[in-house]
Amino acid sequence: MHLLTQHNPLSRVGRVFLSFLAAIGRLALFTVGILSHGFRPPFYLGQFGRMIIEIGYYSLPVIGLTTLFTGAALALQSYSGFADFGAEQSIPIIVALAITRELGPVMAGLMVAGRIGAAFAAEIGTMRVTEQIDALVTLSTNPFKYLLFPRVIAAALMLPLLVFVGDIIGIFGGYMVSVKALGFAPVPYINNTWNFLAWFDVMTGLVKASVFGFIVALMGCYHGYYSRGGAQGVGAATTNAVVSASILILLMNYLLTEMFFSL
Amino acid sequence: MSTTPKIELRDVHKRFGAKKVLDGVNISVAPGESLVIIGGSGSGKSVTIKTVLGLIKPDAGEIFVDGQDATHLSFRQREPFLRKFGMLFQGGALFDSLPVWRNITFAVAQSQKDLNKKQLKELAVEKLQAVGLRPEVADQFPAELSGGMAKRVGLARAIANSPEIIFFDEPTTGLDPIMSDVINELIVEQVKKLGATTVTITHDMSSVRKIASRVAMIYQGKIIWDGPVSQIDSSGNPYVDQFVHGRGTGPIHVEGRSKSA
Repeated sequence: MHLLTQHNPLSRVGRVFLSFLAAIGRLALFTVGILSHGFRPPFYLGQFGRMIIEIGYYSLPVIGLTTLFTGAALALQSYSGFADFGAEQSIPIIVALAITRELGPVMAGLMVAGRIGAAFAAEIGTMRVTEQIDALVTLSTNPFKYLLFPRVIAAALMLPLLVFVGDIIGIFGGYMVSVKALGFAPVPYINNTWNFLAWFDVMTGLVKASVFGFIVALMGCYHGYYSRGGAQGVGAATTNAVVSASILILLMNYLLTEMFFSL
Repeated sequence: MSTTPKIELRDVHKRFGAKKVLDGVNISVAPGESLVIIGGSGSGKSVTIKTVLGLIKPDAGEIFVDGQDATHLSFRQREPFLRKFGMLFQGGALFDSLPVWRNITFAVAQSQKDLNKKQLKELAVEKLQAVGLRPEVADQFPAELSGGMAKRVGLARAIANSPEIIFFDEPTTGLDPIMSDVINELIVEQVKKLGATTVTITHDMSSVRKIASRVAMIYQGKIIWDGPVSQIDSSGNPYVDQFVHGRGTGPIHVEGRSKSA
């Protein structure tokens, strides 16, 4: 009987499903734990400040380069397609909409997942396996407040700022290519962009960015916090953090876009 | 005994998956006592002290500290309780992102917020000198320290808040015999100065003889013997005898070796 249930494919499916649900439950409890501990004093402003600099300032070059080249490629691509229909005038707004609504937040989210999510998972994972997290607890410090909350909140606050800067740089990338290579006149290009771009488009992108920032930091913290088994465990935690954050970003991007479209 | 034990564990159980780590641990530590728990690798020594600190939740059993039930505290209730404790971790567990002086004053900086940076640093230097390190070490980062120095800084951090109870997790593991002796001496000296109650886990017999007032041996998740340090050579317990004399054969079952005798 016991053997039968062990090898029954249905029971295996059941076990996988149950462990999947258990993982979701654990992640949900972890998230609630971070927020409920974090919004109560003491607050670690020094840690928070360090994270603001780490996430906001040091990610700027990566975000800037990513969006610059994305905007430039976008202008080239849409030109090669639209020129056949004589619709070149829509290139400025195509670039601006694509960058602000979709590509800015998604590209920034994915780049930050690689930069920040991986760093958080590796740092917190190393702290876990070298007993530094246990040491925090014995020094009467709640690791949720000291380590996790500042990271998650700083990421959720800084990513919209980064994306806002990235939006401008991305639009500028499109402008550079259009004006220098495709023969657009500078002033109409900028006017076109400015007149057709609504604040709503930018705002939806920034809301997305905040959600993505939260996801990246949360995945980094979660996988790091529960890592075990030395260097190999930390390596696995880092990979899992980046992969899960990237997938969740793309999933949430779809869901949020759907939500904004129905507004 | 008429006095309340400082720490008391009653029938504590813990299993990780299928592995039973603690199988009914019963032990009490009197105030001012220096208990050393000996036992082989994986016998449940570390888990025992981690359950007292609440780092690991026991599956069953009760833990009392100063007569108060400490088994089911939430983190918020645990914070004041943890102020009584200091712990020296096996690898030091110093925070790599902070300089040595911030490490040492970590707990003090939070409990006494009126102290400024200069006062904290002075305190750190004072603690460094207590463990035989030069003041310059204060500004170094943990990654720059040798194993012995990291252990000393870990000790300085453990005693910085003048705790009532100190746990030492394998204080001499990974150190050469001379450095081990230095660390043992420091532990004895600092504990005497603080008048603290201590629990040390180790498999280093020279540590045991130096630090312990009482010794307990844990085997397969149970305390199988405890008594004053003077009796470890004449315990009459074959498990203790085998461990104390470091024999490969005896009643203790060693992984990877067929059971003999």
